[in-house]
Amino acid sequence: MKIGVLALQGAVREHVRMLEQAGAEAVTVKRKQDLEDLDGLVIPGGESTTISKLMHKYDLMEPIRELGKSGFPIFGTCAGLILLAERIEESDVSHLGLMDITVRRNAFGRQRESFEARLNVKGVAEDFEAVFIRAPYISEAGEGVDVLSAIGDRMVIVQQGHLLGAAFHPELTEDPRLHAHFVEMAKQARQAQTV
Amino acid sequence: MSKEVLNGVTTGTDRVKRGMAEMQKGGVIMDVVNAEQAKVAEEAGAVAVMALERVPADIRAAGGVARMADPTVVEEVMNAVSIPVMAKARIGHFVEARLLEAMGVDYIDESEVLTPADDLFHIDKSQFTVPFVCGARDLGEALRRIGEGASMIRTKGEPGTGNIVEAVRHMRKMQSQIRQVQSMSRDELMAEAKKIGAPYELLLQVHETGKLPVVNFAAGGVATPADAALMMQLGADGVFVGSGIFKSENPAKFAKAIVEATTHYEDYELIAELSKGLGGAMPGIEISNLTPADRMQERGW
Repeated sequence: MKIGVLALQGAVREHVRMLEQAGAEAVTVKRKQDLEDLDGLVIPGGESTTISKLMHKYDLMEPIRELGKSGFPIFGTCAGLILLAERIEESDVSHLGLMDITVRRNAFGRQRESFEARLNVKGVAEDFEAVFIRAPYISEAGEGVDVLSAIGDRMVIVQQGHLLGAAFHPELTEDPRLHAHFVEMAKQARQAQTV
Repeated sequence: MSKEVLNGVTTGTDRVKRGMAEMQKGGVIMDVVNAEQAKVAEEAGAVAVMALERVPADIRAAGGVARMADPTVVEEVMNAVSIPVMAKARIGHFVEARLLEAMGVDYIDESEVLTPADDLFHIDKSQFTVPFVCGARDLGEALRRIGEGASMIRTKGEPGTGNIVEAVRHMRKMQSQIRQVQSMSRDELMAEAKKIGAPYELLLQVHETGKLPVVNFAAGGVATPADAALMMQLGADGVFVGSGIFKSENPAKFAKAIVEATTHYEDYELIAELSKGLGGAMPGIEISNLTPADRMQERGW
């Protein structure tokens, strides 16, 4: 499996390392042409406003949206989750708008409220160490969205078919299980295509 | 300092503090003095802003004692943007740092740009929930700050000069020392730790991993898109721009161009294009024209 990591800004090399640990080939994506021949894409944590502006400027928004609509697997973490969401609280704009969810930005507070927690992630791990940094959460999810984990009523990781979004940073730990789950999603999508 | 706030939920851990800096990688952090400038920075794609009363070039010009910014300015900036807000405390002034933490600032820069409050001791940063960034000129200084609890390092450079030469020197020195330490045999490490004044355990980590345990940004003299790309190629994880944006002739254009040059730091055609028609960069200062008292990089140790 060849998975791209959007490398405009943010925690790029950590995702590359984790994808490699999960048995995939990882490449960085800075331009439209880097999207060719990929089996999936990771949109990393970083600043969502910065990444979004650079995606528009370098003509990446539309091609990635089209790929996402056609069943191409995408995994967004933190800023990446915000970019995937159809609705953002207290904002009229959405970015890729691919997942039927509403997210709230900086939802747990400022940096001093950032935290670590152990999560039970459905079908992936019962004891996943999750690092939340000025993190968003998912406040509403549509019917086709599977909630993999929540803290109280705040959803923190969801899957909608070939799309996966996490409010936390699996790339900052040494645990590749969530990346392995995504690589598996990419394998299934590829099989579905070739059948 | 980490604190368990709920069963299994912990704030202020090293991973949370260092992770915040990881999220800033490949980005540009800009100095701003009011809400209007903060919005220009956010609009240009800055990953964070540093809220100040004066940019370093004006601090130089004003002379006298430079202190933490008026909390009103910091609050104004925090209310204006959704990106993280950093602010500076004087070296060793742990009360200024506590005030900034209490206000909810996202990152504190214990900075040589302000007049040091303590000529012997830096802040014990491990005792804070908020993360710190500190300046360094070489590997020993970087590891001393990390030993005290800094979660992010930046080169000191020579702030407010618009002259990149000192930041280049500091970044090259650090990278070269990291390569040396990596290639040393293990039994040489204690002597090296003594020589450069670095905590042994941290030096051992550098030996094993070939990199600093935290993110390392460039700062102190970045004035053009090409300067930013140069620092990225020398191994910086991202760039601080102090006076370089709002002392230029066209801050909004400079800000955007520096953000894009930092992302695409190896694309020379693009950076050439970005550099066209920007107007004048900030006026620079030749380092040899600074008196010893004017040199900010020697503050701290």
